[in-house]
Amino acid sequence: MKEKKVDVAIIGGGPAGLAAAAKLAGDGIGNILIIERNEWLGGILEQCIHDGFGLEIFKKSLTGPEYADYYIRKVKKLRVPCLLSSMVINLSRDRVLTVARKGELLAVRAKAVILAMGCRERTRGALCIPGTRPSGIYTAGVAQNLINLKNWMVGKRLVILGSGDIGLIMARRFTLEGAKVLAVVEKLPFASGLERNVVQCLNDFGIPLLLERTVVDVHGRARVSSVTIAKVGPCGRPIRGTERKIACDTLLISAGLIPENELSRGAGVILDERTVGPLVNEFYETSAKGIFTCGNVLHVHDIVDWVSFEAERLAFGVKEYLKKGCIAPSKIDVKAGGGLKYVLPQRVSGARTVEFAMRVDQPGRNRAVVFRDNGRIIRRFTFNRVSPPEMIRAKLEESDFKGIKMLSVDIER
Amino acid sequence: MKYDIIIIGAGVVGSAVARELSRYKFRVLVLEKENDVAYGSSGANSGVIHAGFNVPPGSLKAKFNVEGNRIFPRLARELSVPFKRIGKLVVARNKTERSRLEELKDIGVKNGVPGLRVIGKKELRRLEPRIEGEAALYVPSAGVTSPFLFTIALAECARENGIKFRFGEKVIGIKKTQCGFIVRTSAGLFRSQVVVNSAGICADEIARMAGINRYRLYPNRGEYLILDKRFGNLVGRMIYPVPLKGAPGLGIHITPTVDGNILLGPSDAFIKDRSDTRTTASVFSRLIKEAEEMLPSLPREAFIQGYAGIRPKRVSARMKGFRDYVIEEDPKVSGFFNLTGIESPGLTAAPAIAKYVTSLILKSLSAGKKAAFKAALKKETRFAELSLRDKKRRIRKLPRCGEIVCRCEQVTKEELRDAVKGAFGIPSLAAIKIRTRAMTGRCQGGFCSPKIIEMLDKEFGLNKENLILKTKESYLLACRTKDLRR
Repeated sequence: MKEKKVDVAIIGGGPAGLAAAAKLAGDGIGNILIIERNEWLGGILEQCIHDGFGLEIFKKSLTGPEYADYYIRKVKKLRVPCLLSSMVINLSRDRVLTVARKGELLAVRAKAVILAMGCRERTRGALCIPGTRPSGIYTAGVAQNLINLKNWMVGKRLVILGSGDIGLIMARRFTLEGAKVLAVVEKLPFASGLERNVVQCLNDFGIPLLLERTVVDVHGRARVSSVTIAKVGPCGRPIRGTERKIACDTLLISAGLIPENELSRGAGVILDERTVGPLVNEFYETSAKGIFTCGNVLHVHDIVDWVSFEAERLAFGVKEYLKKGCIAPSKIDVKAGGGLKYVLPQRVSGARTVEFAMRVDQPGRNRAVVFRDNGRIIRRFTFNRVSPPEMIRAKLEESDFKGIKMLSVDIER
Repeated sequence: MKYDIIIIGAGVVGSAVARELSRYKFRVLVLEKENDVAYGSSGANSGVIHAGFNVPPGSLKAKFNVEGNRIFPRLARELSVPFKRIGKLVVARNKTERSRLEELKDIGVKNGVPGLRVIGKKELRRLEPRIEGEAALYVPSAGVTSPFLFTIALAECARENGIKFRFGEKVIGIKKTQCGFIVRTSAGLFRSQVVVNSAGICADEIARMAGINRYRLYPNRGEYLILDKRFGNLVGRMIYPVPLKGAPGLGIHITPTVDGNILLGPSDAFIKDRSDTRTTASVFSRLIKEAEEMLPSLPREAFIQGYAGIRPKRVSARMKGFRDYVIEEDPKVSGFFNLTGIESPGLTAAPAIAKYVTSLILKSLSAGKKAAFKAALKKETRFAELSLRDKKRRIRKLPRCGEIVCRCEQVTKEELRDAVKGAFGIPSLAAIKIRTRAMTGRCQGGFCSPKIIEMLDKEFGLNKENLILKTKESYLLACRTKDLRR
């Protein structure tokens, strides 16, 4: 097998991989290789033709392709080699990648690997939605791909299950195209997508958001003819007698994203049950030495700007690793406590300033994020409002870590 | 054109009969109402090659099951179809069930099933550490195959040997004349000497068209859940409960598929509408609950898809007792061969049934053997299943084939192209799915389905009407962007 030796192999040429490559190459790391399964760089951004990207980094609203283009130009200018239409089919713990592409099977031996594979959408099957199996059931991202990249409309009368951001964006997109979005159905008592998307994509177009409801049945033999929705009780189960049939030709599913960690698992990388992404330290190194990760494969982000920032922080870790051959041991465990879905990184060294990312499990006003060591409060950050779709970021300084054994984070009133 | 034999239905039985008949110099036509083979129950079952311990001795079911199991390995090799003799464990939870194991074993022994053995708790633990149970009947001869690839291979082999297939032709009338049959379909008229009715769940309707009113089929639905391949190693063998006496199914079992997934199911429920293959929330939770009793560590977030198949049963919910397969030339309508009620173990039995039916036909219709009959069908192993070294070799031989389109199942672009070219009817997504496994993984086509649709559109020039999921009416795309604004 043809073999290639690199300093850094980046799996995935989406926003995470590109930003990491741009930062590393910009800082003088020479031998980088991006491996991308699509025939283009930019990942999912290429099909996100709406705007709202880049407000944090560029202080202006860009479309997905524009945002991606900034990084694509950067890596091209820095002459970072990219393998396009190339699928990594295996990653070993000692950082050997097997890459399949037209005409060759490559072994790439890397000093450091960056996992930047992004995420996939939760499907109808994973949600176990019963009913018939007609055509016309799409995940929101697949519909977005077909409509924005291939100019195909998947349907004319739609029900959208789940109020994730892609679903909300697609509700607007379909409406602008002249299709009718009959309802967005959300199981939780609040939207899963960002507030701004609820306002701009649903409210502005008069599309109803039906909370605490879910799709319980799909009808139609050949093509979707209707779906049955029902109210859900507090334990998440549909309530009998609340069923309502909505005639439609399409069911879009926007009910969550799952970090795509099959390669990580294969390499023996330990995953966090909460994020479904790898456990990392503040250098974004996983449990496997020299394997780093950032972006949606680590945890699902709400806005791409945070992915780019995260990739830059990761680049620091990768450089440290390449310089010293290892990363300073991280001995302090970080535990997500009450009110939090997760906190990241899950382990820190205590030797330097760390930016934590976390998500609350329910919306609230006037909440505090409290960092403690064995009950002793280290820091308290207050927020006017918190909500699950929005990632919270909070920084602890090097001095905060003095004498700490175990760190816990809670949401308090 | 006048045919010697018309076969109605291209399920596993019809396709097996077609292949068997293709050994002889008969002119044979297969009429299938759907767009592809294995559309009905043949494509929606457990994919199990049964051993034959659960069918009454002396019955056709027992005979063809045991014979089918015996000839299957060779046939699978011949047709390049995957087959794994992984074995089966019928697990008893208590003393009463344990005594039933001995009964099952005795039936199996009478039927000629080899290697049956009742094992204790300790050995069960050793074989399947995650399974709860007191004892088990170990059935080493049971195996698994791909019901899709098997049916496709049978039909392709038949086609290579000169059998004609017509898809999308629903039989709507059959007339017996002095010199044979006139079969009317949605598209035209076809004449033949002999008709083989292998229409699965519709076999009673087809028989009625020929004036045979003796059969009635009662549709019984079985629902399944499919687990992510990540959990494919939870069990190594098929895990069955001890079947309830008189139950319409074998009980909800845990089946490792030949492709590395695990299936839970099937349920059994009599339904009114024989085409009603929907799944239901109540059965999904029952499948999980019953599977958990045997496999307490069953993960909850493991499912990637559900499906349902229909058993063509000859007994209704109210009727009791055993009904055997009907495999005979109709006593009143000569030349009309009924293959009715071919439910489980139909997949296993199909090759043996085909041989038997062929011998019956040869009694009334004679033909010489084809010298050029090709029994084998050479097919490349799927890229995903090759070792790293063989993958490399394959790419060196066919430089175009390294490009992977379906990530979850590692399906290459070349394999997709071959599937499109080899499809019998319109190359629907379902046809591509069952041939390649693209879109059957954990992301269910999230990454590859737009690419496959684009390939069908751009490379193969399929128009919007032919970009379909499965049936002709199951269109994928409503219109072009901007169309609704015009």
